[in-house]
Amino acid sequence: MATFKDFRNNVKPNWCPGCGDFSVQAAIQRAAANVGLEPENLAVISGIGCSGRISGYINSYGVHGIHGRALPLAQGLKMANRDLTVIAAGGDGDGFAIGTGHTVHAIRRNIDITYIVMDNHIYGLTKGQTSPRSDAGFKTKSTPNGSIEPPVSAMEMALTVGATFVAQSFSTDLKEMTQLIEAGIKHKGFALINVFSPCVTYNKVNTYDWYKENLVKLSDIEGYDPSDRVNAMKTLMEHNGLVTGLIYQDTERKSYQELLTGYSEKPLTEANLKLDEEYFKKLTSEFV
Amino acid sequence: MIDQLSWKVGGQQGEGIESTGEIFAIALNRLGYYLYGYRHFSSRIKGGHTNNKIRVSTKQTRSISDDLDILVAFDQETVNLNYKELHDKGIILADSKFNPKRPEDTNAVLYEVPFTDIAAELGTSLMKNMVAVGATCAVLDLDISAFREVVNEIFGKKGQQVVDKNMEAMKAGYDFLKEKLDESALMRLAKADGKKRMFMIGNDAIALGAIAGGCRFMAAYPITPASEIMEYLIKKLPELGGAVIQTEDEIAAITMAIGANYGGVRAITASSGPGLSLKMEAIGLAGMTEQPLVIVDTQRGGPSTGLPTKQEQSDLMAMIYGTHGEIPKIVIAPSTVEEAFYDTAEAFNLAEEYQCPVIILSDLQLSLGKQTVEPLDLSKVEIRRGKLLQGELPETENRGYFKRYEVTEDGISPRVVPGMKHGIHHVTGVEHDETGKPSEAPANRIAQMSKRLRKLENVKFNTPVYKNAPHEEADLLIVGFNSTRGAIEEAITRLENDGLKVNHAHVRLIHPFPVDEMLPLIQSAKKVAVVENNATGQLANIIKMNVGYAEKINKIVKFDGNPFLPIEVYTKCKELF
Ligand SMILES: Cc1ncc(C[n+]2csc(CCOP(=O)(O)OP(=O)(O)O)c2C)c(N)n1
Ligand code: SF4
Ligand SMILES: [Mg+2]
Repeated sequence: MATFKDFRNNVKPNWCPGCGDFSVQAAIQRAAANVGLEPENLAVISGIGCSGRISGYINSYGVHGIHGRALPLAQGLKMANRDLTVIAAGGDGDGFAIGTGHTVHAIRRNIDITYIVMDNHIYGLTKGQTSPRSDAGFKTKSTPNGSIEPPVSAMEMALTVGATFVAQSFSTDLKEMTQLIEAGIKHKGFALINVFSPCVTYNKVNTYDWYKENLVKLSDIEGYDPSDRVNAMKTLMEHNGLVTGLIYQDTERKSYQELLTGYSEKPLTEANLKLDEEYFKKLTSEFV
Repeated sequence: MIDQLSWKVGGQQGEGIESTGEIFAIALNRLGYYLYGYRHFSSRIKGGHTNNKIRVSTKQTRSISDDLDILVAFDQETVNLNYKELHDKGIILADSKFNPKRPEDTNAVLYEVPFTDIAAELGTSLMKNMVAVGATCAVLDLDISAFREVVNEIFGKKGQQVVDKNMEAMKAGYDFLKEKLDESALMRLAKADGKKRMFMIGNDAIALGAIAGGCRFMAAYPITPASEIMEYLIKKLPELGGAVIQTEDEIAAITMAIGANYGGVRAITASSGPGLSLKMEAIGLAGMTEQPLVIVDTQRGGPSTGLPTKQEQSDLMAMIYGTHGEIPKIVIAPSTVEEAFYDTAEAFNLAEEYQCPVIILSDLQLSLGKQTVEPLDLSKVEIRRGKLLQGELPETENRGYFKRYEVTEDGISPRVVPGMKHGIHHVTGVEHDETGKPSEAPANRIAQMSKRLRKLENVKFNTPVYKNAPHEEADLLIVGFNSTRGAIEEAITRLENDGLKVNHAHVRLIHPFPVDEMLPLIQSAKKVAVVENNATGQLANIIKMNVGYAEKINKIVKFDGNPFLPIEVYTKCKELF
């Protein structure tokens, strides 16, 4: 049995000291060990951004792809090998700006992968421009007079496009984050986990203290029921999206792979590539 | 007796022009004739002129014909737009419903046939197409019973009555015209060999080639003229346990295909120009991270939305050089439906052997032109997976990462896929070292970049150039790629009749360019004509760049949206002498 240490490699992250992404890395490593994975059965597919580097810091298979496209890469991989555990990861720009289209459709499609967004309300790697998650009025290099666009309500958006697993966490809460990632991996379908992961270098507004003051734990809300979609939406709106915990889970809906007609139960990687002569004859005869 | 015939049916889009052509063609194909179709259509569903031109021959043909024997018209626009193609003894069969007027400057005879009225009398005007096919049979003096089988297949689901009604409509069209035709108007086709051959479009062959080549996953976004590939695979891959995903856009399509290939499954994506433009960044990712990937580009008229339903071959440069930076990439351009099948299957081998993107370049006429195809031989399709390691791997040195990007002599590194113990490595579009870890060190950069590009030095492709070069010393070498093959072949026959010695080279491996194959052909020709459907002469420029001899090379270009006719190639070549 692998432990979380087996998911460590010898690469030293180039994140700034204090960056929220360190504990996301730790949470993925712990969750992977907790659900009983071996490193070779995990693939972490990440986008481009400070956060996107995460796939290089975990001892597992992994791809650091192109900006905004971690999700289709991850879905393609999962389609190829349904026995693998696939985690996609990236920043808020990656998932809610350049990759929004993929986020929406990956949610709708509901392929069985887990998507972790490291949401710092800013573009870290490109040195501090506004992000689609930045609050109105937020001043950055690209919004010197303050952002005049409202932020994307990511969790509400996920609910409206048919998400079956929506959770949110804060990167200081390693325990909750780990549990949510474990639950996401076990969820049969697409799991979205948005993690508030502060950028200590470029975001001086949404700091650790700011989140501590503003975040509400769903576990503190009496009787909160994550299977109630309407209430989930209402709660998100009441708290301006600033809640942590499991927001919504639909355990009934089948995953994309389960619904697909004809899709092999065994990983497609094991398919016999040589075509049967008789079958080929049947195919060609259809054109005569 | 004639040994070939050119027939065209035209009308408003959505009127069943397509199915009229289809029924006519399938029946003749079953009789053993070789068919070659060309669809003229617009980017709309209902309305707008459309026509379907079909050449019927007792021999294999790979081009539309210069002129026309029979024009079947459902409206005056069809007559006006197409009558000029008719030769002196040509015939127009026009629906009397629109009071057809015969243009004055033609010797063709116009017969009014009440297509719609006859059909309506028999129950529904929808059957006017069948009346038209029947009338055509009268001209060909062809027994309509040859159509029963096809009509049965198409309408059988709707019941025997519908089948009978349609046959009746055909017969009525036949009988109506038969009476009016005298012997000299008949166009009797020489008997065909009766062999049953396939009748398919290039896109069918590409899809079939993918299946034969071991492809089990496709991700794509619909676009003309590529969608048929996805539509075929979506029907068939599930029978093999595979899957097709219609994605949200082309970027998702290609990155999903890359993800699947990385996972170890042979995966494909297909699109045309606009989609390929969107895929460029991802093509670079596959090149940089050395993932196998097969991409189809069915060229259509560009730039931008351009001429979305028309023939063009203008993506050549974009496919060779597209994506920023420099990556290894293979571009193959089949020129016949048969080649489209074999080349697509082979593309999956090349992708795995060279661990890089392989682009199958097609064009609209090859992708959509429906034609008779000789039997395809599955035993000619190999499955070769290159340096993909299988089975148990030994433990890595110091339990470090697997050297997925090991610098080797041929530039190709051993490949493992996720799930394999001791195979863990990193994959990144950032420059990386042998284990995939990011590295910007100059020496490493040079080693990795050189290794990647070195892979292309020894690309082995069975027939990089299709050659018909009987002359040691030629007056002219004609070069083309993709669907111009038939028009060039026919032009050559005529040029040779005029006493010219003409060689033909059709480039099948576009990149890396087959210099060794092309050089002697160019050297031994007095002049070279490069025939292509684009405005700037892209293939000509590529030849000049790779082979030289710029002073010999002449560009013959056409970019009005239509394929070359043999006569056009012939005339332009004649002008060179
Ligand atoms: C196509 C493309 N456009 C732009 C960039 C430059 N770029 C890299 S990361 C990034 C945004 C990073 O922000 P986010 O996704 O929030 O990640 P973070 O660095 O904050 O973790 C941008 C714009 C790129 N790599 N590719
Ligand atoms: S710039 Fe911000 S997001 Fe990037 S590593 Fe530093 S703290 Fe983290
Ligand atoms: Mg960010």
